[in-house]
Amino acid sequence: MTSTAPASEDVRAALADIVNEVAGIPVEDVQLDKAFIDDLDVDSLSMVEVVVAAEEKFGVTIPDDEVKNLTTVGDAVAFIINAKG
Amino acid sequence: MSARLATVSGAEYAGILGVGSYRPTRLVPNAELVDAIDSSDEWIQQRSGIRTRRWAGDDETVVSMGVAAAQRALEHAGVDAAQVDCVLVATISHLMQTPAAAPLIAHQLGTEQAAAFDVSAACAGFCYGMALASDMVRAGSARHVLVIGSEKLIDITDLTDRSTAFIFADGAGAVLVGPTDTPGIGPVVWGSDGEQDELITQRENWKSVIADPDPQMPHLVMQGNAVFRWAAFTMAKVASQALEQAGLTVDDLDAFVPHQANMRITDAMARAMKLPDRVTIARDIAEQGNTSAASIPLALDRLVAEGQVSSGDTALLVAFGAGLAYAAQVVTVP
Repeated sequence: MTSTAPASEDVRAALADIVNEVAGIPVEDVQLDKAFIDDLDVDSLSMVEVVVAAEEKFGVTIPDDEVKNLTTVGDAVAFIINAKG
Repeated sequence: MSARLATVSGAEYAGILGVGSYRPTRLVPNAELVDAIDSSDEWIQQRSGIRTRRWAGDDETVVSMGVAAAQRALEHAGVDAAQVDCVLVATISHLMQTPAAAPLIAHQLGTEQAAAFDVSAACAGFCYGMALASDMVRAGSARHVLVIGSEKLIDITDLTDRSTAFIFADGAGAVLVGPTDTPGIGPVVWGSDGEQDELITQRENWKSVIADPDPQMPHLVMQGNAVFRWAAFTMAKVASQALEQAGLTVDDLDAFVPHQANMRITDAMARAMKLPDRVTIARDIAEQGNTSAASIPLALDRLVAEGQVSSGDTALLVAFGAGLAYAAQVVTVP
């Protein structure tokens, strides 16, 4: 990881804003240990919206094949930091 | 020797003169099809916004529904069928390879042997037809053009397929395009992406079907999430480009009438385009289902009939589907 990688908390907060805008989930609920589908009730179509918004926000590419591995908010944050790093 | 040919010229501007639709009689609630796909009314509504759809009966065909919708569009325009020079029918569910549905519809309408052909651009077909009609009127190859979307998708839908059974539906819509005093149809933004042909496709070609000892109807198949991603985001950009080509911004819009593919796609597009709340968004899919090429004129006709838009309002159309073919243009509501 290089110094260009964003801090985990910054990514989580930005992702929380996206999840809030797409699915109306309160930002404070979007924590690293929360699963998108099981805990936050973000369904697969909303997940696609979150992914596309995150791609634009962070300037990364998240392939369809990768999306199914992003179970928790922490998974997504780690993927984004890794992709940026 | 190269002789100089005479040319014709058309109207300066083209626009929509009238709109009409035909909705099949049979209304099918989600409850009627959930058992075959092990689903629920709640799940279908959440995933698609669809509460009911209409399915055509044996006596409701691509041709008969197209005729009914076109008659209403002609009445709305106050133009006689004899004045129609060309009939375009956007459809993928007229199950005759040839002749096309358009000549049959043109004849049954009572046109005087109008030029007639089908447009095969799937769910984008209506907006493709609108672009052709506008250009024909302005170039002088026709003065009045009927653009009809007519679909009987029930015939090519697998009612046990969880990703399509609750989506596809039947119906027809039509507009009459003709000369207008001011520009009524903006420049088209269109294209296709054959590299992604497998996202929405007929399962196999007819020759393979016939070669099969136990032939099955080659139903439509669709990769829902991939289509959602493409439709909701790439198509929002295409729609925005059509606005820009017309010299407008979202602040000039009165209505947004996207192909009624899925309410979630419509909502995501509206968010991506940052449409102001005051813009009326067509949501015909809730009652009608996804009728492919017929969905935009059906949705537009509902907005007009319910008074949700007025004559002279500005509406943005965007259509997208198999191919992946897509097209968008701004129009003035008749």
